[in-house]
Formats: sequence, structure tokens, C-alpha cells
Amino acid sequence: MQEQPQQDGIVGRANREGAELFRQWFADLNRTAADGGAAAYVFVMGSLCEVLRAFDLPVVFPEINSLQMAVRRVAHEYLNVAEDYGYSPDICGYVKADIAVQLRGGEHPMGRIPKPSLAVLTNACNTYIKWAEIWERFHHIPVFTLDVPGTRAAGTQTRRGDGDFENDRAYVQAQITELIELCERVTRRKFDIDRLRETMACANEMSRAWKRILDFNKSRPSVFNALTDGTIYLGVSNGFRGTREGARYFTNLAEEMAVKAVQGIGTLTDEKYRLTFIGVPCYPIFRRFNELFMHWGGTFVHSTYLWFASGGANLGFEYDLARPLESLAEGTLIGVRGAMDNMFYPDRPVLDMIDAFHLDGVVYHPVKSCRTTSAGMADSRRTLMAARDIPSLFIESDMMDRRVVAEAQMKNRIDAFFEGLASRKRQTSPAQ
Amino acid sequence: MSVRTFETWPGKALDDILYECRELLEDTSFPSVRRWREAGGKVAGHFQVYFPEEIVHAAGMLPFKVRGAPVEAMQADSRFGSYLCSILKSSLELALSRRVEFDLFVTPPICDAARNLAAVWERNCPYPCQILYLPQNANSPAAPAYLRNEYARLQRLVEEIAGRRVTADDLRGSIALFNRNRALLRELYAIKRDTPWLLTADEAYVLVALGGILPREEHNELLEAVLPQIAARPNKKQDKIRLVFEGGFCEQPPLDLIRVISRSCYVVDDDLLIGLRWILSDVALEGDPLHNLAQAYLEQSSYSPVQHDLRKPKEKMLIERIRNARAEAAILTAAKMCEPGLEEQVAYLHALDQAGIPYFISEFEEKMTTFEHLEIQLETFVENILFG
Repeated sequence: MQEQPQQDGIVGRANREGAELFRQWFADLNRTAADGGAAAYVFVMGSLCEVLRAFDLPVVFPEINSLQMAVRRVAHEYLNVAEDYGYSPDICGYVKADIAVQLRGGEHPMGRIPKPSLAVLTNACNTYIKWAEIWERFHHIPVFTLDVPGTRAAGTQTRRGDGDFENDRAYVQAQITELIELCERVTRRKFDIDRLRETMACANEMSRAWKRILDFNKSRPSVFNALTDGTIYLGVSNGFRGTREGARYFTNLAEEMAVKAVQGIGTLTDEKYRLTFIGVPCYPIFRRFNELFMHWGGTFVHSTYLWFASGGANLGFEYDLARPLESLAEGTLIGVRGAMDNMFYPDRPVLDMIDAFHLDGVVYHPVKSCRTTSAGMADSRRTLMAARDIPSLFIESDMMDRRVVAEAQMKNRIDAFFEGLASRKRQTSPAQ
Repeated sequence: MSVRTFETWPGKALDDILYECRELLEDTSFPSVRRWREAGGKVAGHFQVYFPEEIVHAAGMLPFKVRGAPVEAMQADSRFGSYLCSILKSSLELALSRRVEFDLFVTPPICDAARNLAAVWERNCPYPCQILYLPQNANSPAAPAYLRNEYARLQRLVEEIAGRRVTADDLRGSIALFNRNRALLRELYAIKRDTPWLLTADEAYVLVALGGILPREEHNELLEAVLPQIAARPNKKQDKIRLVFEGGFCEQPPLDLIRVISRSCYVVDDDLLIGLRWILSDVALEGDPLHNLAQAYLEQSSYSPVQHDLRKPKEKMLIERIRNARAEAAILTAAKMCEPGLEEQVAYLHALDQAGIPYFISEFEEKMTTFEHLEIQLETFVENILFG
């Protein structure tokens, strides 16, 4: 069953191409740094790459740089540098790792990161704002905060035509216009609205495909692991947003997932338990963390990370290229707001996910480093448990700092969770 | 609504009034709020830092500043993760334990932890709980219009809960009342700055903090009564250093900690409860009151680690605060696990190093009960300045 699609090169293509795109992206950044060039520093939740790419600005995602350090198991070296500079062990590890990169003149395990020429951030995470203030002090660069008002209370999302929505949209659109003027000053180039339409068209293809790709994992067996494969897809989704390479990658990825779904090709796991993951991955032991679940036949078919870390691209919003600025404002508002909803109000979409994705359990992973995703997680879990009879696991660790990751303790908790799942399965199965 | 919620102070001597104020502030059953509710009043809780209380007041509701409390988070603890500041937990505990009963809860998105608070609160309490999106891009020319309309949205919500319409004149009346309150607080801070031997830091704190739990009419009456008496105190100036306390914008240090500090120093300025003093001058009364409130938030305001405004780099603002208060040193503190506070601390210490201003670094928690170690360290710091 599995041989023919592999022969024609479709199955496994996304991970190969993803790795290649990553190498290419970092090689470009290295070249920019070596040439003394600068880049736009941006974040995953509302990168505004559509605008920045229209000015051909190279983009740096410090969040991605930081998690790379944890995955490569060198994060502690960088965290120590920032802590020696004065930063507390109790603040975001991503920020501290990046501060160390800045203090070391851009030195990073994957090469040299160029200095920023400007920083663009949204308020999707408040730490973005504090982080950018640090660059402002270090590099004396313009910092642009694109303020995106979020949902005011659970279940009260406004829509186009609603007065409150239009107030938010007008505010976002005015700021996008200000950002374009800033890019003109920084790059000394005139804004070309047709170039913006091109980047938006590419982003449209990516969002359309991303929504489909996530839906393919409703199939049994699941066609990708939301935690491991999903992180690769997210990297490309962010780093190549608004580019032809990104659009092509996601179109191909959707094709690969369609083939796998039709032909019943799953991930490497012998899928016994379908799980969803709430939060940010445990990057200091990234592969090992997944193995602790795979060992029991558990696979992650979804995660809230795939929603919020894609900046809300999962909603599949497509820009209207006939009215680009208005539509970009609308899409940014809806996407970033959606990303925030997935962090602050995850209980409702996770409830919907249980049946749609045939879930056996929910894994909550609050991390010390990230209050945005973690502060409300215990309560959100209580709400889920009150609403549905579904097993859940709550394990605290970190996304950067291995000092906070207690692997043996984690394994015990995971093993106990699966023993519970197995026992539950036995009880609910028809008598043998 | 006209109801007296704090009845024990009128007619007493200054020291007795200050004692009564402290008793009221430290009573975590919040008797003044209970009296307000017993008289049929409604209460809108608003989390730190700044909130346009005038809108709630104009609807006849009591704005209550939710700023945590030194209480055990018996019920709230299980709603949160481990690595969080205390104020989030103790604030929710006030609601879950019904020490304070609310009709509305609003939180601005001041930090990543607090942004989760409205959602957690909403899942656990039966009344409306919302986020008020104060602009995080204070430098956008579009921010005032956006904020004006965000305030209009809040006003509609408040009207619904209060069960009455709020007119522009209602709002103007409330703005005038709060302008008077802010003027009195400025007067109090002028005493701290110019004659700190007349008012200890903990006494000043108590008088300011009561504004967050009393109807503003009563708070104004109280301040109008005590400020002239404080100015007339016969206290003698002591040989203490003048310093600025920075780090109290959200979670509040225990009152005893402030008292310990004031034993060895004159705290001539601070950012304690800065939200009550956020607007630095009178809000205009002419024209659209919501626009005036929005304009004041953006253009006539103080600074804090949780407001991003390119015109107000925090470390420069701190140095300005130190110089304006003629302080010799600063206490740079942050609540435990307070991410914005801890991040800002680094910028502050590097800036003060450059400016050659001595500083004392610490962390605190609202539930702290022992201060001996800190007191010894602080005394050593002070002696180094006095005799170094």
C-alpha cells in the first residue's frame, strides 16, 4: 500500500522540502549579515510579511531562532548570557536567548543573524512589546507596534459590518498605512501596491492550503504528527509567508496529505490513541517528548499551536485583492484575534475538536516561559473536563529552559496517563 | 447613589483618622463595598493598571480597583499554573470567595498573564467579564479615535448592567469629580516630595489606596479633611536619604514593607497604584467627554512598564521622576514572577548605572510577612550612601 506513493516522491516530500527551505532561509540571512545588511525582525502572530515582502525586506523570526537553540540543545548557554546581563530566570526564555544572540553580535547555532533595520510586532503577545523595546535600546531602530484589538469576551467575536468590528478594522488599517510609510523610509523605496497584491495572493494560497491540511488529520490514521511534522510546517508558514516558495510548498503539502488520506498512509506511529496538544512544545527534549507518547501508540493529530503560531492562518481567511489595504486589515484583525482566542479561550474549539478529530485524550503543556499560552490553561482544562468525559494530562515544563524539564517525572506522568487510557479502552470495548 | 460607606473617621484627630484608614484598607472583607451593595449599589471591578472609572461612576456604579489582597488563594490556586504572580490568584480569590461581589469585571491587557484573567474569571463567575483593549500603539494618529469608540462600547455595556442611560453631562460630572480627586492626590504627592517628614510612605499609600475601594465623593471628602492637617503637623525633618520607589504599578507590596522602607528613607515619589494617578492634569470638560478621556489617557499620562509609548522610554521617565523628586537613589523592585516588571528592571539598572544614581534591587510578593532581611540590606544600602 505504501510503496507506490513513496516512489513518485509525494509522501515525505514536505519534510524534505521544508528542511531545504529552512537551510535556504538561514543561508540567505547569513549572507545578509555577512554583507552588513539588515532585516526586519517580526513575530509569528501577525508578522505582516505581506507588507515587508513587498519591500523585499529579509525577515527574521527571533522566536524561531530561539526554539532552534533549544532543539539543538544549546539554549542554556544563551540563557546564561542573558541572565548574567541582568535578566531574571522567571522571564520568557525566547527573549533571553535572543538577547544573548544580540549581545554576541548575531552569533547563532545556524549561522549569523543580521541586525534589525526595523522591528514589527503585534500585541498578540505582550512580551513581543517588551522584547522589541530591548531591540530599540540595543540597536536604536524604529519599532512598529501593530495593535490588534482582540475578542472582548468569550463567544463575542464581531464580524464585518458590525460597528465594533469596523472600529477595530479602521484602527488596524490606519496602522498598516503607517507601517507602509515607515517601510518606505527605511528601505528608501516607493510602495508598490501591485507587489503587495502578489504577496497577498501567495499568502492566500498558503492559508487556503493550511486550512485543508489541518482538516486532513481527521482521517484515520492521521496523516501527520501535529507536534513534530506540524512544527516544520509552521516554520515554513511563517518564514515564507507571502512568497512563491511558500505558496508552492503548501500547495504541495496539501497534495501530499490528500494522497496519504486517500491511501490510508499514517505517520510512523501505530496509531492507538489520538491526542491533541494544548500549548507550546517542549523544545529542550523535542524528539524525546514525542517518543514518550509514540511508545504507547499515541499520536498528536492536532494542537492549538498549529492555530496560534500560524498567526490564525488556520482560519483560511483569503484577502480580496481588489481592495488590498482594507482586506489586509480585515485579515490581520481576524487572524491575530483568532490566534489570541486560541490561547485565551481554547476550551470551546477544543471541545469541537474532540469528535471531529476522534480524540482519545487532551495533553496540556503549560510552560514556565510563556504566560500567554499557560496562565489560563488549568482553568480551561477544568472547563473541558466539566463539559466532556475525556481523559486529559497536565504536564508543566518549559519551551527553552532544560532546568525546568524533569524528564523522568514527565515519563511517569505520561505512562500513568496511557495506562488510564488503556484501561478505559478495555472497559468501553465490547466484551472479548 | 448617596450612601456613606466609611463612617468611622469624621470628627477624629489626624492620627486616629489614619488608623481608621489603615484598618479599612487592610480589612479583606471590604466592608465599605459591602455597605455600598447593601444600599442597592452595583460594583464594577477593574483590574490594574488604568481604567476610565468615570464611565462606571457616571452610571451610578462603584468602580472597585482589583489589585489583589494578602489572602490565601484557596479556590483560585487550582485555576492557574505555577509560574504566576500572586496578584492574579488573590484577585480571583476575592471574587470566588465572595469577599467582594461584582456585577461586572473588566481587565485591560496589561501583560500576558493578566490577559488570561478575563477568560478565567468569565468561566467561573456569572456576570459579564471583559477585556478593555486600551491601545498598545499609543503613537498611532488613529489611537485616540479608536479608544474613544472603545470607551463608547464600554459605556454601552455599563449602561446595560446599571440599567440606566449615561448622558454626556453625567460623564462631565464624573470627570469633574475625578479631576478633583486627581488634584488632591497631586497635593498629597507634593507633600511627600517637598516635606516628606510630614507624611510617611505607608500613611501616604493608605490614603491613596482607599480611592480604589471608596466612592470618589467620600475619598475626596477624606483627602480634603486630612491634607491640611498633615501640612500642619509639627514633625521635624530627619537625616534620611530621599529615594524613589519603582515597581508598584500592578501587584502591591505589603503595607508593612512600605513601612519598613520609610523607617530608613524618605520615599519622595513612587509608582504605587499609578493607575489612580495615571492622568497627570485635568481632563477637559468641554466637548465630547469620551474623546477627552481617550485623549487624556494618551496625551496627559504617566508611564508604566505595561504601556508602550515611544515618547516615554521608561528608563528616561524614571530618571526624570528621580530628578523631579530631588531623590538621591531608587529602589528598583518587581513583584515575583511579574514579567514586565522584571524586564523593565534590567533597563532601569543599566540606565541608573550610566547616570550614576545608586539603586537597591529587590523582589516582593503581596503575601510576604517577614522583612528583617530586606530591612538589614536596605539599611546597609542607605549607610553606604550616607557615609560612603
